[in-house]
Amino acid sequence: MIRISANTQAALADQKLQRNLRQTLSKTLHSRNEAVSDVPNWEELRQYARDVKTHTLSRLADYLLELEGKVSEQGGRVIWAETGQEAVQFVLDLAHEKRVAKIVKGKSMLSEEIHLNESLERAQIEAVETDLGEYIVQLATEAPSHIIAPALHKSRGEIADLFVAKLGMAPSQDAVEITKTARKLMREHFLTARIGITGVNFAVAETGTIVIVENEANVRLSVSVPEIHIALMGIEKVIPRTSDLAVFLKLLVRSATGQTMSSYVNFLNGPRRNGELDGPREFYLVLLDNGRSKILADDFLRQTLACIRCGACLNVCPVYQRIGGHAYGSTYQGPIGAILTPQLRSLEEAPEHAYASSLCGACYEVCPVKIEIPHILLRLREKVQGEKNQKAAHLPFEKLAMQVWAWVMCSPSRYARLGRWLRILQKNFEENGKLKLPFPPFNRWIKHRDLPALPARSFKELYSSSEKQP
Amino acid sequence: MSAVSCQLSVAMKVSLFVTCLVDQLFPQVGLSTVKILKKLGVEVEFDVRQTCCGQPAFNTGYVEEAARVARHFLEVYNDSAQIVVPSGSCCAMIKVFLPQLFPEGSTERRRAKEIAERTLELSDFLISVLGVKSTGARFREPVTYHDSCHLLRELGISSQPRRLIRAVEDIDFREMENPERCCGFGGTFSVKFADVSAAIGEDKVQCVRNTGARYVIANDVSCLMHIEGLLRRNQVPVRTMHLAELLAKFDD
Ligand code: SF4
Repeated sequence: MIRISANTQAALADQKLQRNLRQTLSKTLHSRNEAVSDVPNWEELRQYARDVKTHTLSRLADYLLELEGKVSEQGGRVIWAETGQEAVQFVLDLAHEKRVAKIVKGKSMLSEEIHLNESLERAQIEAVETDLGEYIVQLATEAPSHIIAPALHKSRGEIADLFVAKLGMAPSQDAVEITKTARKLMREHFLTARIGITGVNFAVAETGTIVIVENEANVRLSVSVPEIHIALMGIEKVIPRTSDLAVFLKLLVRSATGQTMSSYVNFLNGPRRNGELDGPREFYLVLLDNGRSKILADDFLRQTLACIRCGACLNVCPVYQRIGGHAYGSTYQGPIGAILTPQLRSLEEAPEHAYASSLCGACYEVCPVKIEIPHILLRLREKVQGEKNQKAAHLPFEKLAMQVWAWVMCSPSRYARLGRWLRILQKNFEENGKLKLPFPPFNRWIKHRDLPALPARSFKELYSSSEKQP
Repeated sequence: MSAVSCQLSVAMKVSLFVTCLVDQLFPQVGLSTVKILKKLGVEVEFDVRQTCCGQPAFNTGYVEEAARVARHFLEVYNDSAQIVVPSGSCCAMIKVFLPQLFPEGSTERRRAKEIAERTLELSDFLISVLGVKSTGARFREPVTYHDSCHLLRELGISSQPRRLIRAVEDIDFREMENPERCCGFGGTFSVKFADVSAAIGEDKVQCVRNTGARYVIANDVSCLMHIEGLLRRNQVPVRTMHLAELLAKFDD
């Protein structure tokens, strides 16, 4: 069971983390806002993208089959994986069959989701992350803390120290020097790896085109130098038509980094054809379900699958801004992680995710595909309570408290009586107009903030006495 | 006393829902609301059977309990006049979420929808229905305004309170940095993730302090209770004030 509440204190006390979050997120947010304000019909585009996604998800199987058909026509092979384990097994089998000892990887959250690197390592296959951020967390044996910027929790100084310690880089805080060091090592890996694994941003059904956006050209190298390219995608990444890409790319890139367009956009159509000079000899597209069809089955929650993983909701989230990604204890963090994790896995495994939010709604406001994250959180909370209640041997305390509360609130006289009792009871805990209640949940409030005592008379009492005056 | 720039041509009657928190903890907010409405010539109806809108249970996932309380709410307001609420989140609960608590096609859902349609948050009511330019309030202190999340994002209200604040005579209104960033309260989030809630609140307090304002204004006493709790705990010489209290700063 993942307990976010057990991780928050450490995250809040970590001064370095706090500084890194503050500095990076405010910059990214600022760029995003600028980039968005450049687009006069942003709202229209959001709605358009959302409509396309809604439509696609309503006929997902058809579009996936169309995609499979196109990919096969172009000489690629599609692998349907129901679970993460199946996807991992496919990669392992292929690597063994081809006697591959080294794999280069472009950034893929799906690969994180299925813990591919761990399995490759166990099988003694070297997997090298080629996205700089992802490479950094790999070197540090950590997990990504942000779906777009995996090493966001680290400062440049910390990265430099890591490179000095692990790669023997000459001490330097210079970003260029750090990048150069990584790049030099990476070249070697690109030339010697025989499989390249990447994620997928969009897969176009009508053409079988895989679209991957990036800024470092590492994806481009991963899909053109090695003999084999394996693209991993969640089944929700398919879109029907090429013409919609104009909208999706605009929304994705501006929301993610605030660029007008990423440095590279790769359009991949299967393996190298006769006469072509580069590209992989073999191309495999893994379509992974891993819990997604379960989400698809719910008419309301389905919109979770519209996500294009831009990361904007993380950047704007006051909770993420304060606790960072690792505290979520899951592959996906922030608002999208809060709604996706309990659905992909289970509410039992991730019972706190839906509660790790103040429901402020800033995520919905920035989401380029208008996913109603706060409302989904509410629905998931309802489900958490439903399940808890069903499984519990005794009535859980919170449920009991809510029942009593509802019982009181349904009756004006009980409500008034409670108000009077509380005024009497509070005398035992009052000090200078403040309440010192040493029991939950009040003690948790009081730990950080003052709690005002109830005033002598309620509004109802004051109002009715004022109305009686002539 | 300055003139009120709004004269009602037709007799207007509203039904006040003060919210449970205002009733029990912040009665002055309710009294201020009544004072403003009366001054503007609005007849105020107050049904003493009112309790809560069900929000605390709903936001925590206890939909059955929320629906039970909501049913009581529907009963109280079934035949009411235009409902006015001095709270963004309770108003959002009524307007956005209450109907969803009942099955599609049910009488309760239909009733909840009707009630939702005739419910407005105070500042919105003053501006959109009454066309108020100023309530005639006067206040000399520097103030800043915090956008409560539900008010801003569920109801889309941000200009109305600002217009009313700016119209207060002698006011020194200072926008803070990121006024629309959450204060961290979040209902039961404030105790379930108390440390995170307080940390987010401290960011808000910092933004408030940077303006040099003496008062933070908002339209939701729950946010204000959280912010004020932090201000007091950290001995910051700034106080909170509900918009209604500010707008009621005129002589009777
Ligand atoms: S939920 Fe929306 S904002 Fe968040 S990552 Fe997905 S697309 Fe981006």
